[in-house]
Amino acid sequence: MDILPAYPAWLIEHGAALAVVLPLLTGAVCAVLRSERAAWIVTLIVTGACAVVSFGVLLTIFAGEVQIYEMGGWEPPYGIAYVIDGLNAPVLFLISAIAFIGTLYGIPSVTAEVEPGKRAPFYGAFLLCVAGLLGMVVTGDAFNVFVFLEVSSISTYVLVAMGASRDRRALAAACRYLILGSIGATLFVVGVGCLYMETGTLNMLDMSRILSEIGGGSRVALVGFGFIVIGLGLKLAMFPLHLWLPGAYAHAPSFVTVFLASTATKAALYLLLRFMFVVFDPSFEYDTAIITYVITTVAVAGMLLASLQAVYQTDARRTLAYSSIAQVGYMLLGIGMATAAGLSAGYLHLINHALIKGALFLALGAFWYRYGIMRVLDFRGLGQIMPWTMGAFTLGGLSLIGVPFTAGFVSKYNLAMAAAANGWWWAVGVIMAASVLAIIYMGRMLLVAYFQPPPEVDGEAVAKNEAPLLMLVPMWVLAGLSILIGINADWIVHAADGAAMVLTAGGGVRP
Amino acid sequence: MTHHVILRVVSKFLIPLIALFAFYVQFHGDYGPGGGFQAGVILAASVILYALIFGLEEAKKSIPPTWVRVGMALGVLLYGGTGVATWLLGGAFLDYDVLAHDAAHGQHHGILAVELGVLLAVSSVMVTIFYAFGSRQPDLTDEDW
Repeated sequence: MDILPAYPAWLIEHGAALAVVLPLLTGAVCAVLRSERAAWIVTLIVTGACAVVSFGVLLTIFAGEVQIYEMGGWEPPYGIAYVIDGLNAPVLFLISAIAFIGTLYGIPSVTAEVEPGKRAPFYGAFLLCVAGLLGMVVTGDAFNVFVFLEVSSISTYVLVAMGASRDRRALAAACRYLILGSIGATLFVVGVGCLYMETGTLNMLDMSRILSEIGGGSRVALVGFGFIVIGLGLKLAMFPLHLWLPGAYAHAPSFVTVFLASTATKAALYLLLRFMFVVFDPSFEYDTAIITYVITTVAVAGMLLASLQAVYQTDARRTLAYSSIAQVGYMLLGIGMATAAGLSAGYLHLINHALIKGALFLALGAFWYRYGIMRVLDFRGLGQIMPWTMGAFTLGGLSLIGVPFTAGFVSKYNLAMAAAANGWWWAVGVIMAASVLAIIYMGRMLLVAYFQPPPEVDGEAVAKNEAPLLMLVPMWVLAGLSILIGINADWIVHAADGAAMVLTAGGGVRP
Repeated sequence: MTHHVILRVVSKFLIPLIALFAFYVQFHGDYGPGGGFQAGVILAASVILYALIFGLEEAKKSIPPTWVRVGMALGVLLYGGTGVATWLLGGAFLDYDVLAHDAAHGQHHGILAVELGVLLAVSSVMVTIFYAFGSRQPDLTDEDW
């Protein structure tokens, strides 16, 4: 906590708006820049600044404050307010930090995967995406959420389509994502419209107050709730609504895949939490019914079926994409328990999974960068020819499986304990089964990489060719963090408990 | 395009009026219905009408795509820059009160700058979208009309 006094008071006071405005404006600048190097430097500085600012905000939240920033000086509920509390501050920092780490990786990756004339606008679109995601997380206004949801989504479609110079299938994937994403956003805004009709306000805190006064409201609120859950479900790749995800992750430039896998679904998941537990309260009958029956069912289905699908993929990025859907299932299972412990564990998994998947996709990008490897079968001998990259991949893989002393273990253990405490022994079994499937699909890659000799070209084994430093540093930072969390998870569990405290504040959640 | 005399003459007459009407909507937006978004669309409509009648190449000559691209960014920057200016003057983001000696004037100045930004961004985006779609296919020959 000694770092906080080093921050200028102005920076903290305006931090919420600053984190959104900076990337938004510089994104516009990058869109017209000619030099890709200049665009990269701007992106690096801006994402770094966002990370610094949001870290400062996170520290004030840990110190027990709630930040409310009134846009344009209009006081809520009339104006738009940005609200930062224990629930969104960690996600805010996570997104900006991952953006910064990902940008480091951008120089080699974007140069290799995006057409020359499109690289500077590429960074522009990336910054807009960052701004949209950060905006989704900080805003306390339901309609403003929709605006930022669209800002981030539309720039994401562009970013995914940029993979076309490497793989034409990126265009089809981007188009599918565009259609499903737009449907999701539309359903969400219909839901917000219903809520506006019911409560007459768009401010989330005000909505929450009015809804609890009228005991959950009429059927309009119920319909709005359904629309919001489905709309956000599409965005966060809730199991049967995940069809856009594997294609988008597999064909986008690796830089984009890393960022999307670590942040986009997480921001949507945060919103789901915000709406389910803060705007609506689990004390409403319909809210509890959907959480207990619908969310838990899709969580379990996602964990098992998506993991099973991951086992049968030949493309390494697709394997990890399906695994991402399964991991969203873990988080949803935590939500489905609707106990403080379950929510905390689900939230913890949200953060841990961002780090783990970030490291894994960074390593996959490096494999492609050096050898053009995409299929699992081509992993032969990677343990020898790219030992450091493969090392980071292995740590990430072990963490994904949930081996002790890794971040994945901590969150899965907490989740299993929460399930047991809730009396859901079958859920413990499901967690174990999904982890066994993770052993199969990750183990498959690790076995090929370590126990098969490198391929031979003209009778000679392929020479050792490690990834460039700008790729190695980000992936080792993330892989190292996941080990660090595995060894000492207190600080991050503290953050997750803080988030769970915000979620349970409404009183409808069992402790 | 040598024939279609009526179309050409009428649109030559109408295009300036459309653009003028756009600015009417723009500056009327403070007091009545209108504002930057609507004005931007109307302004872009005048350019698009010009392109439809006189051809995409002519339109691109008078309004080059690079300008339009800069216009998009400039519009966003004008909007956001107003917010940054209010920050520098010590207010909250987009708190126009601090822009002038008293709050009412400040609100006027602020909304004017912001709406100009919206006008610039919206009209540029509309024209860009039209250029992007229009450029994808071979231009219609006169016989195809």
